[in-house]
Amino acid sequence: MKASSPSTDEKFQIGMLLSDTRYRGTSLQVITFIIFVAVFFWLVDNTLKNLALLGKDVSFNFLFLRAGYDINQRLIPYSSDSTHGRAAVVGILNTLLVAFVGCVIATILGLFVGILRLSKNWLVAKLMSAYIEGFRNVPVLLWIVMVFALLTEFTPAPKAFKGADPQATMLFFDSVAITNRGTYFPAPILNEGAYWVIFIFILSVFAVIFLKRYADKLKRETGKDFPTFLVSIAILIFPSTILFFALGSPISLEYPYLKGFNFKDGIHLRNSFLALTLALALYTSAFIAEIVRAGIMAISKGQTEAASSLGLRPNKIMNLIILPQALRIIVPPLISNYLNLTKNSSLAIAVGYMDVRGTLGGITLNQTGRELESMLLLMGFYLCVSLLISSVINYYNRSFQIVVR
Amino acid sequence: MSKIAFVQKNKIPPSPAPISEVGFIGWLKQNLFSSWFNTLLTLISIYFIFIILRDFIPWAWGGHWNTKSLRECLDLNPDVACFSVLTARWKQLLFGLYPAEEYWRPTVTFIFLILSMIPILFPKYFKFFWFSVIYPGLAIWLLWGGSIWGVGIVYIGLSLGIFTFILLLKLVSKNTVLAGIGALIFLIVFFMFFSNYLVNFLNIILPIALPPVESLKMGGFTLSLIVGITGIVASFPIGILLALGRQSNLPIIKMICVGFIEFIRGVPLITLLFVASVLLNYFLPPGTNFDIVLRVIIMVTFFSAAYMAEVIRGGLAGLPLGQHEASASLGLTYWQSQRLVIMPQALKISIPGIVNTFIGLFKDTTLVSIISLRDPVGLASTIRADQTWNGIYWELYVAIGLMFFIFCFGMSQYSQYLERKLKTDK
Repeated sequence: MKASSPSTDEKFQIGMLLSDTRYRGTSLQVITFIIFVAVFFWLVDNTLKNLALLGKDVSFNFLFLRAGYDINQRLIPYSSDSTHGRAAVVGILNTLLVAFVGCVIATILGLFVGILRLSKNWLVAKLMSAYIEGFRNVPVLLWIVMVFALLTEFTPAPKAFKGADPQATMLFFDSVAITNRGTYFPAPILNEGAYWVIFIFILSVFAVIFLKRYADKLKRETGKDFPTFLVSIAILIFPSTILFFALGSPISLEYPYLKGFNFKDGIHLRNSFLALTLALALYTSAFIAEIVRAGIMAISKGQTEAASSLGLRPNKIMNLIILPQALRIIVPPLISNYLNLTKNSSLAIAVGYMDVRGTLGGITLNQTGRELESMLLLMGFYLCVSLLISSVINYYNRSFQIVVR
Repeated sequence: MSKIAFVQKNKIPPSPAPISEVGFIGWLKQNLFSSWFNTLLTLISIYFIFIILRDFIPWAWGGHWNTKSLRECLDLNPDVACFSVLTARWKQLLFGLYPAEEYWRPTVTFIFLILSMIPILFPKYFKFFWFSVIYPGLAIWLLWGGSIWGVGIVYIGLSLGIFTFILLLKLVSKNTVLAGIGALIFLIVFFMFFSNYLVNFLNIILPIALPPVESLKMGGFTLSLIVGITGIVASFPIGILLALGRQSNLPIIKMICVGFIEFIRGVPLITLLFVASVLLNYFLPPGTNFDIVLRVIIMVTFFSAAYMAEVIRGGLAGLPLGQHEASASLGLTYWQSQRLVIMPQALKISIPGIVNTFIGLFKDTTLVSIISLRDPVGLASTIRADQTWNGIYWELYVAIGLMFFIFCFGMSQYSQYLERKLKTDK
């Protein structure tokens, strides 16, 4: 009787490369690799040929040339004499600004809606689910143009604020003006000594953090409660306020005022920025609300029951038992929604907001004709942001995952 | 024996609950006014709903449907909606710039779409699956027009290829790999040398043709549906393969899949669409210039395939390792165990994610308006650019938003139904 199992001295045949499981994996990889490399070189070769036909080369020198166009919202000094590279940086900062503000608003709204969605109040729960379904099921681009239309078409023009009996009035004691050219806020003016006040304020924030640590320690060791909340507020308010008046009010507000047909001074938030940020925040908040709800509902009911049988009150149960566990489920998808918001901010072009896609991937691309280089840089930027964010998620998952065994 | 003075013989019927605890009032009390805080929330909500309805209902209810221009609407009553723009332009919102006398073609394509989905959605009608197979070609021919044989030849070629495969398997060798390579060679030879002659020949003996319509004429919801549904259908198999590749223990394949998925997921769809519109021509042989809608569809497919892969990977990771081991110990090959054991379960767990990807993709089709294709959002600006409707916003946005809402909400409800239906535990 012959052994039926394949033995080492079995003769090797060429067909076995594909049929024998011992070799199939390797040969499959070799084939894939060859095809991959071939396709890659084919694409590169085509690109080079096409560039040669158009008489172009691949060069990033255009980043150091004069841009020659203006950007209406800039966080760092920029003029049309600056370089394309600087324009790209202005765009990147604008993207990050929208992303940051949008994420903050979306988180607050999302938490609020998500928790209210679980309310026992029938009407509130239904209202919140209508909010969620409404925002989730309509394209974000439509929300962006809708909010933009709302801000530009249905707000008064600056000249409506004019005259003895104006059609429109400023809000909050003449400090905030909502116009069809944007919203104007009072701007803080820092005079001499202002930095001392800010410095002291930051110091008192640190003091509050230390106080919290100390109170926790005291509670752990002796079981005594320390009135953390009141003392913290006192620390936060008094030193800086006293210094503020002692130095003769070094921080003042510069109110926007009407001059000619437009508002002057103050902080001017353009409608493009407001519309983009608000629409992205509202849209994303619906997703965050669902994440929050799912996270809270994923905690089994036994946890609540066990906690209440220990005699904890409902808000203690939420803070000490439910939320810490729910956060572990909520945070990773929450962060990936931040990433989505950041990527969606590239829709800025719909309202004319100059984000990185508008500067580097828009005007710079059109002016210099460097499609390949601009798109590569643009994609590189988004890729960096996204890899950064996913590494944050991975870090979070590693450090907060329940360790099994 | 002691005497019992009184024994209750009949059961006393339970007295009804207090009126304040049952029925409508009880429901109100429990759900809306159980505490002062709840009452406050209820009152705030009612006020909020009242504010919205107070503004919205008179605006929408009294809306004009039959005026000729926005000016006329404003003259009649500036405070109500001017839906006349929908009356005048609804065809454009649905079909874009598609030639008016050919409107039946997208309509028929849409009806056929629903028919072709029936065998897939309802297993009872699976015997009509052949129609779902024919449908993609039929839809392409109906929408783009031209000779039917341009699309037909693909079907003829593929059928002949399958025929060759079976023939080789029966007559020459039992080895499926060799037969597959044989059939592939046949297909290449067929499409490189013979298909043109065959098409010309068929055109002469059976000239069935529709007037051709170029891609740039397509728009409105037709375009959204074309891009969305093609993307959905095509991204599904690619997504499964990518997910399997990412889970695979062959390092090169895994690396390629991970690279592809992470790259596509890392950049916004809009940059990919820009690649499709300005950059794709660089990557192809000089002189190639193919259809913009096709380019967009390819990019959208890649995009959603990467997301799909991650969703399915989640489903695969959710399966206990025992399933893989058990199917291997039954002697199933890799593909058999994937097909019979792993995938049915993994796909079932990932249904919500898959449908969410579909919904996301369908909503993302609006982004094509940014590379100046005329999807509904793009059409809104086109219509507004017209003198008669200059300055109209909400009527269009409400209509477009409602259409998308119906589609997306419908899909999410279907996924919840599917989830309940396929739930085997509990």
